[in-house]
Amino acid sequence: MSIKAMTSKEVTKKVFNKEALFILDVRNKSAFLDWKIEGEKFAYLNIPYFDLLDGVDEILNKIPTDMDVLVVCAKEGSSVMVAEMLSDEGLNVSYLQGGMKAWSEHLEPVKVGNLKDGGEIYQFVRIGKGCLSYMIVSNGEAAIIDATRMTDIYLDFADIIGAKITHVFDTHLHADHISGGRDIAEKTEAVYWLPPKDAFEVTFPYQPLEAGNDIIIGNAPINIHALYSPGHTIGSTSFVVDRKFLLSGDILFIDSIGRPDLAGLAGDWVGDLRDSLYKRYRELSAELIVLPAHFMMIDELNADGSVSERLGTLFAKNHGLNIEDEHEFKKLVTENLPPQPNAYQEIRETNMGKMNPDVEKQREMESGPNRCAVR
Amino acid sequence: MTTIKTNLVLDAKGLACPMPIVKTKKAMNGLEAGQVIEVQATDKGSKADMKAWAGSTGHQYLGTIEEGDVLKHYLRKLSNEEASERKHQNLSTNEELDQRLASNENIVVLDVREEAEYLFHHIPQAISIPLGELEKRLNELNKEDEIFVVCRTGNRSDFAAQKLAENGFTKVINVVPGMCEWTGKSNRLNN
Repeated sequence: MSIKAMTSKEVTKKVFNKEALFILDVRNKSAFLDWKIEGEKFAYLNIPYFDLLDGVDEILNKIPTDMDVLVVCAKEGSSVMVAEMLSDEGLNVSYLQGGMKAWSEHLEPVKVGNLKDGGEIYQFVRIGKGCLSYMIVSNGEAAIIDATRMTDIYLDFADIIGAKITHVFDTHLHADHISGGRDIAEKTEAVYWLPPKDAFEVTFPYQPLEAGNDIIIGNAPINIHALYSPGHTIGSTSFVVDRKFLLSGDILFIDSIGRPDLAGLAGDWVGDLRDSLYKRYRELSAELIVLPAHFMMIDELNADGSVSERLGTLFAKNHGLNIEDEHEFKKLVTENLPPQPNAYQEIRETNMGKMNPDVEKQREMESGPNRCAVR
Repeated sequence: MTTIKTNLVLDAKGLACPMPIVKTKKAMNGLEAGQVIEVQATDKGSKADMKAWAGSTGHQYLGTIEEGDVLKHYLRKLSNEEASERKHQNLSTNEELDQRLASNENIVVLDVREEAEYLFHHIPQAISIPLGELEKRLNELNKEDEIFVVCRTGNRSDFAAQKLAENGFTKVINVVPGMCEWTGKSNRLNN
């Protein structure tokens, strides 16, 4: 039987549609435990490829024949080898094209809403890493927020819908992924906005994004209200788009809140984070649709694959917004934090322009989950 | 450039996963138990995989040295040294040796493991003479010195201690178990 390649896009469809898939992950155990393809109805078997060099006999009875089987490895090579061995035994299996490397880089655009005077807002779901970026489109113009380094995807998308990218934003200096913002701004001659408090070490020119900025996208009066909300980083900024959408960056997620320790001392910024979440956000309309810069778990995805929720619902349901006791809140965000993202210091320096790693190095720095949140 | 004496150098440069491990596995078949291989690879993922593969097969992963784009992995083929019976009578525990070192006594620590094993992890005062070279390098040691012999588990050092005793060394002590459980001061290379 011949083996088939399955693309990250096809796997993403299965995640969104909650389809079943059996994943045979042949990376080593620590890599699998650290980070894997998540899906609500996915089943897993992790056996490193190097334990299968002498044959696949011992795992044959562990592989179901009544569901799709996908062999996954880091870069594709080992999964092809194992898939061929299984195929030789008569099994019908696929391998993940480009491996986890491709999975980490796949972006799936999902429309999350319409703007009042015409126009749309799209969410780009980086399904493998949990990063969310946005494109706001109105009357032939577009703004991009928290772009990943896979810049071609945004450029091509804007091309297809016939929009010119005029403004590019980063809500904060990211520590979990390399920003594509500056690159997109250079290629399109758009304005690149960064919160100045996060940017005092950056080596390139930028437009300071401060509270009260109103930016027009297209002809329609679409206002982006920059809402200064420190906590995750000292300069973290949220946007209210079209009085309807709250882009909350890494401050507030669907089922968790931002961690304050990735750019400095957690203890110093706990007060800021609490202020943002418990005072500044409380002053906003509960009807705003929260669009965060990350999701942590696959069950935060809506039926269409998008990640969004009413602010009012989050005030009722998000544990991180419901801790009355300040001391307890401080404990949550400073103690028992998850491990810091892979290479987060190097990623920060790259986003400041202090480092210029090649693409291969960038991939390596970004490998693994994002871990920007605490629950 | 670091050159470490090994029994075999395998060139897996430019090869993507799974080939570095596939080739290493084949090369290991041609080695004798206890011999050391250097695998040169450019696949960044090979480091974690070598470590994990060694763990699952019983080979000893010694460490990796990065030189530019090249990763040089050092592994020692699985040996059944743990099984053999020890003959040299004069023994010391790791703790006893650590105490003697701490009190700055005039003792010699002789590490008889392979050069690569020594390089990645050794007791700071230890001198390195691999077991296979001991016979012809006896002149580097003094018969009157108090010599503590260490290896990984106490077996190669047992052979070495016997050899020294046969050659007229009188104060030879075998350290058991040795480096596999050493918790005292040590020099380590990266990793």
